Amino acid sequence: MSQTIHKPTFISGDALDIPIFKVLKQNGTLYPKAVEPELSQEFALKIYRDLVFIRVFDERMVNAQRQGRISFYMPCLGEEAASIGSAAALEAQDMVFAQYREQGTLRYRGFTTEQFMDQCFSNERDLGKGRQMPIHYGSNELNYMTISSPLGTQIPQAAGYAYGQKLQGNSGCTICYFGEGAASEGDFHAGLNMAAVLNCPTIFFCRNNGYAISTPASEQYKGDGIASRGVGYGIKTIRIDGNDLLAVYAATKAARDYAVAHNAPVLIEAMSYRLGAHSTSDDPTGYRSKEEEAKWATKDPVLRYKHWLTKKGWWDDAQENKLYAQYREEILAQMKAAEKRLVNKIDDIITDVFDVPTPHLKRQLADLKDHIRKYPAAYPKTSGRLDS
Amino acid sequence: MSKINLLQAINSALETAMHADQTVVCFGEDVGHFGGVFRATSHLQEKFGEDRVFNTPLVEQGIIGFANGLAANGFKAIAEIQFADYIFPAFDQIVNETAKFRYRSGNEFNVGGLTIRSPYGGGIKGAHYHSQSPEAYFAHTPGLKVVVPRDPYQAKGLLLASIRDENPVLFFEPKRLYRASVGEVPETDYEIPLGVAEVVEEGTDITLLAWGAQMEIITEAAALVQEQGISCEIVDLRTIVPWDVETIVNSVKKTGRLIISHEATLTSGFGAEVAATVQEQAFLSLESPILRVCGMDVPYPLSHETEYIPDASKVFEAIKLSINY
Repeated sequence: MSQTIHKPTFISGDALDIPIFKVLKQNGTLYPKAVEPELSQEFALKIYRDLVFIRVFDERMVNAQRQGRISFYMPCLGEEAASIGSAAALEAQDMVFAQYREQGTLRYRGFTTEQFMDQCFSNERDLGKGRQMPIHYGSNELNYMTISSPLGTQIPQAAGYAYGQKLQGNSGCTICYFGEGAASEGDFHAGLNMAAVLNCPTIFFCRNNGYAISTPASEQYKGDGIASRGVGYGIKTIRIDGNDLLAVYAATKAARDYAVAHNAPVLIEAMSYRLGAHSTSDDPTGYRSKEEEAKWATKDPVLRYKHWLTKKGWWDDAQENKLYAQYREEILAQMKAAEKRLVNKIDDIITDVFDVPTPHLKRQLADLKDHIRKYPAAYPKTSGRLDS
Repeated sequence: MSKINLLQAINSALETAMHADQTVVCFGEDVGHFGGVFRATSHLQEKFGEDRVFNTPLVEQGIIGFANGLAANGFKAIAEIQFADYIFPAFDQIVNETAKFRYRSGNEFNVGGLTIRSPYGGGIKGAHYHSQSPEAYFAHTPGLKVVVPRDPYQAKGLLLASIRDENPVLFFEPKRLYRASVGEVPETDYEIPLGVAEVVEEGTDITLLAWGAQMEIITEAAALVQEQGISCEIVDLRTIVPWDVETIVNSVKKTGRLIISHEATLTSGFGAEVAATVQEQAFLSLESPILRVCGMDVPYPLSHETEYIPDASKVFEAIKLSINY
């Protein structure tokens, strides 16, 4: 019941003042009142290896795009802790609906270097059969929904998927990643509202990285960030330091516990910064300053976590150098192998439109094959393998 | 076997599907306790519980987004869009998500369990926003099946087949027929296969092709020309995608003439696709140009609805034009 008032008194649009949850300082020590989440050494080092892998992989793939070896890439530099820290807090049965900058989550779940590479090179070993641009990963085995480019579409889908998990009664939940820009899409509002009203165990994880391509967050929304929207939809909400892996882990773990126990959604707004370009088609020098980037570079999430590991005596420079060298070598070798692999045979141009190709599609394929036979030089990737 | 109307046939199909399969879930605006604004989901919530039959917030893009996610999790999701005119906020979810789900993932995931039901078409004084026939928009997107039934028997059998099909289906229900169309419908579980047209009445002089409520119109026109000794072959396309090219082409090869009639607007309507394909595959059998009798290229009007509709007299004139060409 609303309290009754008798003068027109408005609540300010910035009345909410949502705090930010932090555990780890940049030097790797804990804030005085912070509680360190329980992580075994083995578990903590697995997380670190994935942080390093993604950093090396991103760097190498951006270069590969510059060299013309792949068509496109999207790095997640500066945001590694948000995806990997949250992934570490989930169970393997939990479903992931990601946006496109969560390669860390996928790596944490066990996607191999070879699988990443095959997708980026659109070859015949890509699980997506070479049909989508690089970074549109997906894996049924790893409960990682295939990425689609349209922004925000995964948000109501995550609500629906989680509703199904609730009906199945298997104590699973769905995590849904998106950026603060995508939170302006209608699907964000639709999805959060539906998840709240229909009691869906969904963790909405907003990576607020400051920019939607060139548009800064200050031109994206008013009020207290994305977190205030969650409150508006009646959703349990927290804002966290997205560059603080321990905070990300602890918050996501608590969010998961709540979502599954109460069949209810949770919203996490992780504050971070996209240190790299939006994609290889973008150049941030046109819309932000070197000073701003330098300021955020000092908040490096991977370095912060490394400092913590080092202070615990679980990591040293020798291990560090060895790990970087090992990943560089492995990534290079897998890249060379992936770029030599063939694309799918032309028959796959019509499979999966429907469960079974229709007569109409079979006819179009037959016509296409006849055409390729007439002009084999124009279609070198498929003309040699039409009937094999 | 009992005589019921088209709306009751839809309700019977939904009940049959929900009984047979625990994973069938029905939802949409006012779908729950109230049973839908047309009452297509009447009493389903009482019978199957609030988890499986429920209201959603008023947000079409959310309904279909949610349905995509639920179907991706292995459920038979039946989402109702209250009027086909209001399906457009969900256009992105349908065209960019539903339709491409299987293809873009290399079959790692699919939303084959999804059926989108929506009342559609005019003839009820519904003006711009309660009358449209948007099947052609969806037929233009690979990955979606599109089905329109013409009577209660067809509605139950086609809807059951749509729900169980391993692909997403848009099932458009001609709302003019909801209560007007009455017929014998088995209480049992039966399916009518998708992708198969039906020759409803054999004839020799000209083929009349339509779907949904327009079947009544072409049947009426055929009766009018029969008095003048013209024998019409009446064909119901039933499934717009994937459409049964063979049955239509064979019919035209026999009669030598074709008229396609749909309530949707003429330009880029599905009749254009049929006409293009038939002239390609049966060119030498054609005695006259293929004609289309369709809605005019204007927003669906209210006071001029009677004039706008491709009615029997317009089809009658087209038949005479084709025969006397």
